[in-house]
Amino acid sequence: MSETPAKPPARAAKSKELPEHLKAYRHVWVFIELEHGRVHSVSWELLGEARKLADTLKVDVAGVVLGPAGEGTDQAVAEAFHYGADQVYLVEDPLLTNYRTDPFTKALTDLVNTHKPEILMLGASTLGRDLAGALATTLATGLTADCTELAIDGTSRALAATRPTFGGSLLCTIMTLAARPQMATVRPRVMSMPEPDRSRAGPVIRERLDMVEEDIVTKVLDFIPDADTNQAQLAFADIVVAGGLGLQRPENVQLVKDLAEVLGAEYGCSRPLIQKGWMTADRQIGQTGKTIRPRLYIAAGISGAIQHRVGSEGADRILAINTDPNAPIFDFAHHGIVGDALEILPALTEAFRARLAVDRLAG
Amino acid sequence: MSQGLTMVVCIKQVPDSAQIRVHPVTNTIMRQGVPTIINPYDLFALEQALALRDQLGGTVTVLTMGPQMAETSLRKAMGHGADRAILLTDRFFAGSDTLATSFALSAAIGKINAETPVDVVFTGKQTIDGDTAQVGPGIARRMGLNQLTYVSAIPAIDKAAGEITAHRRAEGGVQVLKTKLPCLVTMLEGTNELRRGSLPDVLRAERAEITTWNAKDAGIEDVTKCGLKGSPTKVSKVFAPKPRSERAAMIEGADATPAAIAAAAVETLVAADPALPGVITRPSALA
Repeated sequence: MSETPAKPPARAAKSKELPEHLKAYRHVWVFIELEHGRVHSVSWELLGEARKLADTLKVDVAGVVLGPAGEGTDQAVAEAFHYGADQVYLVEDPLLTNYRTDPFTKALTDLVNTHKPEILMLGASTLGRDLAGALATTLATGLTADCTELAIDGTSRALAATRPTFGGSLLCTIMTLAARPQMATVRPRVMSMPEPDRSRAGPVIRERLDMVEEDIVTKVLDFIPDADTNQAQLAFADIVVAGGLGLQRPENVQLVKDLAEVLGAEYGCSRPLIQKGWMTADRQIGQTGKTIRPRLYIAAGISGAIQHRVGSEGADRILAINTDPNAPIFDFAHHGIVGDALEILPALTEAFRARLAVDRLAG
Repeated sequence: MSQGLTMVVCIKQVPDSAQIRVHPVTNTIMRQGVPTIINPYDLFALEQALALRDQLGGTVTVLTMGPQMAETSLRKAMGHGADRAILLTDRFFAGSDTLATSFALSAAIGKINAETPVDVVFTGKQTIDGDTAQVGPGIARRMGLNQLTYVSAIPAIDKAAGEITAHRRAEGGVQVLKTKLPCLVTMLEGTNELRRGSLPDVLRAERAEITTWNAKDAGIEDVTKCGLKGSPTKVSKVFAPKPRSERAAMIEGADATPAAIAAAAVETLVAADPALPGVITRPSALA
């Protein structure tokens, strides 16, 4: 009650203007997600996007590679140049062997504070989201998650990050005007994969991790690879086949699996089948399950409620099969078959099998 | 000395997206009448906390930041068995982004912690309206809690030793992590099923006193770190996505047999994406 009211205009201006000391922040960075010796493809997709932003801003693109020496770091650095980086920041340390929040946050925070990028992008993977949330809080800067489009605002020179909101029914464009770096995460397969240029190379700036194992409270006891646990890789699959209530009986899930097998695809389902226990929860496609962005999605006997739509409409191409010609799924599918999934699925399995056999003879 | 676990579960009241309709003519969201629910992901966090209380004793406090009407979700959570509910509500919180949200929630958790030291803070892995998955890590960082995201199971927790072991979903596998309490856990979906509330719990929830805190109550002195002012991200515009211009092109075969329709479908898909057969790489596909 006795507090002095703030002057709203002054504060409004303050939040929209970049403070002088942040004007030195330059260049576009991409965190290269390297784990178990392999780089997540989303990192290369982001480098392609970073290249476009940097060209608009007339600045450089840098990749950031963190990991233990000898476990894919050299390859990751070389490829970062191929996919569009002008320079690479490299921190090699055994503490970066398995992802843990603290050492990765420390390494990246120190790099940002030393070299001052204006934009920092990370993949919206489980690792990227764990790291981005910690990092943005530490740096007290703006983070826009799950962007679907990135551009530069002409007047403010700020990153204009567009993302879905309200359950994917609306889009909003978000800018961080008074803090740096501007952080953004993007889901895998949202941006296209750039064409690598194997002749590109550039300078590598090495920094050290200022941390010892005793500083890190969390220990990795084990890593259980998915091959052993049969975890669905739906989010990253090129082709996905899914079934819904149109399958009618639990044993008909096999028809979905058969087609997936022939296509080398992952299989999944809509929410009701999870509730019935016909498939495990990791195979649910939809807002409360997995978001998929495959090249081809075949949805059989799924009506296409919004909950399912927001998890699947990122597919490049959707073929829907439903007995009801007015099912909402035909509003966002590219191709439709009005028919019984129980008849069409086995026919598709045979037709693809025949087609692939022809291709193999020809090729 | 150990008195069970003191746990806080952060929940959010969100519009039920399954009920959201887009106006067919204006292509805008029809907000009227859309029911609100507890963010579905948060239910897995709530059940995990209740299960740990069953196992080791302790208390489960549900905490939400939102308008007064978010009280509904807190009562629901109490009906499922939570011991206590706190609503963090203040006009200063309006327009919070993830950074400002984690600031306000951290202040409230800090106040709870001052009463009884908190062992575990739970959140869902993300919300269904914002989908960012960033508030949990934000709270952890601000409060110096050890961060465990995308947790699918907690095989061991030992309050006396101050240790917790968790399974964390990672790319391509599961990490088994061991860390110290206090920690922040974001629970993965599908890891448990929320119990039905017992009749006494449901009745208690209806009459229960919901603790309501404003910014000052939560110990926040600098309200410029809250809400719109405390949010470095600014929404510059909100717009409707372009509706797909046409409905699905229907595939019909040479005759109405499934085989003819399927053959036509394969031709259509390959014509639309000639590289598609090359994507089909699994050896078994060629068998």
